[in-house]
Amino acid sequence: MSDALNITAIPDSQWKRRFLQPLLRQRSAVAGLAIIVIYVVAAVFAPWLATHDPAAQDLMASLQGPSAAHWLGTDSYGQDLYSRLLYGAQLALIIGFASVALGLVAGVAIGLAAGLMGGRTEWVLMRIVDGLLAFPELILAMAFMAVLGLGTENVVYALALSFVGPFARMTRGDVLQVKNQPYIEAARLMGVTTAAIIWRHVLPNVVSPILVQAGMRVSIAILLESGLSFLGIGVVPPTPDWGLMIAEGRAFITMAPWISGVPGVALAILLVALNLLGDGLRDAFDPTTQKDA
Amino acid sequence: MFQAASAKLAQTLLVLLIVSAASFAFLKLAPGDPVGIMLGSDYSKSSYDQLTHELGLDRPVVQQYGIWLADFVRGDWGTSYITNQDIFELAVMQALPVTLTLAALSLLIALVIGIPTGVMAALYRNSWADVLATTLAIGGNAFPSFYLGILLIWLFGVDLGWFPVLGFVAPWEDFWLGMWHLVLPAVTLGAWYVGLIARITRSSLLEVLGQPYILAARARGEPGWRVVWVHGMRNVLMPLVTVIGLQLGGMLRGAVMTEVVFALPGLGMMVTTAVLNREYIVVQAGIMLTGLLFVAVNLAVDQTYQFLDPRLRRR
Repeated sequence: MSDALNITAIPDSQWKRRFLQPLLRQRSAVAGLAIIVIYVVAAVFAPWLATHDPAAQDLMASLQGPSAAHWLGTDSYGQDLYSRLLYGAQLALIIGFASVALGLVAGVAIGLAAGLMGGRTEWVLMRIVDGLLAFPELILAMAFMAVLGLGTENVVYALALSFVGPFARMTRGDVLQVKNQPYIEAARLMGVTTAAIIWRHVLPNVVSPILVQAGMRVSIAILLESGLSFLGIGVVPPTPDWGLMIAEGRAFITMAPWISGVPGVALAILLVALNLLGDGLRDAFDPTTQKDA
Repeated sequence: MFQAASAKLAQTLLVLLIVSAASFAFLKLAPGDPVGIMLGSDYSKSSYDQLTHELGLDRPVVQQYGIWLADFVRGDWGTSYITNQDIFELAVMQALPVTLTLAALSLLIALVIGIPTGVMAALYRNSWADVLATTLAIGGNAFPSFYLGILLIWLFGVDLGWFPVLGFVAPWEDFWLGMWHLVLPAVTLGAWYVGLIARITRSSLLEVLGQPYILAARARGEPGWRVVWVHGMRNVLMPLVTVIGLQLGGMLRGAVMTEVVFALPGLGMMVTTAVLNREYIVVQAGIMLTGLLFVAVNLAVDQTYQFLDPRLRRR
């Protein structure tokens, strides 16, 4: 009987065959993954890899090109760009993953509640979601930043709030599809509690598209985060943030192109890598797209 | 058909109502006390109470929303505390046309480059065109537009001096000068779309070219260009319109960044400045306007389906 109940969960070996192997077979996704690993390592070991305090100013050494003392040069405050780059990677990855994780948890909770409860609860929840989805993400995040105020933590909350809508809508759609399947009915008739039905039978069936979505959202989150900081309504100086660094280097683009170039190129490579991995995840989970690849 | 249309209309109206409620909620949530801001630092309790009453801020929130919505529909959006400008004038008459012109020009550039690239990629799979399309798709989509803008300014604006670096000249006042100013911003914003358009064109065309009616057209001896561009492309249009519509959020995201980088006085610039100045009433106008734009484009994309695909018209 427990076999019959577990039919919805994918066993480990099958998980490898159905998901991990197709993912690893795509060279571009593996390349993306490798680059991300490098970034994660740089972020985690930033305190040991950095040569300077990322916020330490040294006006005597401002606007210097790459040298032995400052491997990637310095900005107009004399801050070491190499050290700021490492800590910037830390910040970008933390904000990117944290905001998506928060948005995912809140969105999935709303989607589950709406899909399973139905009726008036569903109507109200989905109208709130409609409201969130009626605005472009950046505008939504800017509005939340205006309400919450500047700062790293608020960037995470603002981005998370702007991601709730897509996750909630997706989850609800998946739940509605799963809800009326005979095996859910069977479990209910066998007296399985609602919580157990959600946890063991509904969630495993909706989790993979949601995780794919989350994977693709991380790159959007990092782009939005650096964008907000670039606009001056995100992280505040002297926090080592790539968006802030690019904004700062903008004024010195002819004299010292490396100031915006170092974070700009780092950001572009990270985003490309995240997109490659995101595409790979999507293809690995969705067999219909594999024939074209 | 009529029933479906009216259901769609009702749904749209509901979303519009939600958009307006969200915009109103934003203004209520925003920190700071509008009465205090308007009165400045020196005021008495009675003048404070009087202004609060005049602004209707002592009424129930639902009633305030009703009044606000009525004013909004009539185009009475208030005035900016800082520039004393009428906000409707600022947002709709000045900022919106700039953003729309930028978006339209970028889309045009992206289509002109993206569609032929996608067609070449589909016809000559694994050739240089295919590699280019894939590279553009991944690179263009991921590259942060604000950094691309800075690079273009550096290379074409400062170093080569081919294009002006900053500022906006309305193309409806001086067409060529306006276009000249818009080239770099439009390329910056369009780069994001090129790859996407090329990729969708490629994959939909590949799908279509395997269909029997394409084979039939070839068998009839129709020239290759006609088979691809007439029979093939007709069926690429739909996924293309869908993707362009769906990616409007990305477009607006890029537009905000591009406007700030190139100092174009569009909606993105307006909202950014307003957030920095804590002028929540202007931010709210921007939120409402982008929300309306979003809903309108989604509706328009829905309607074009019937126009593009005759098979959908009967239902």
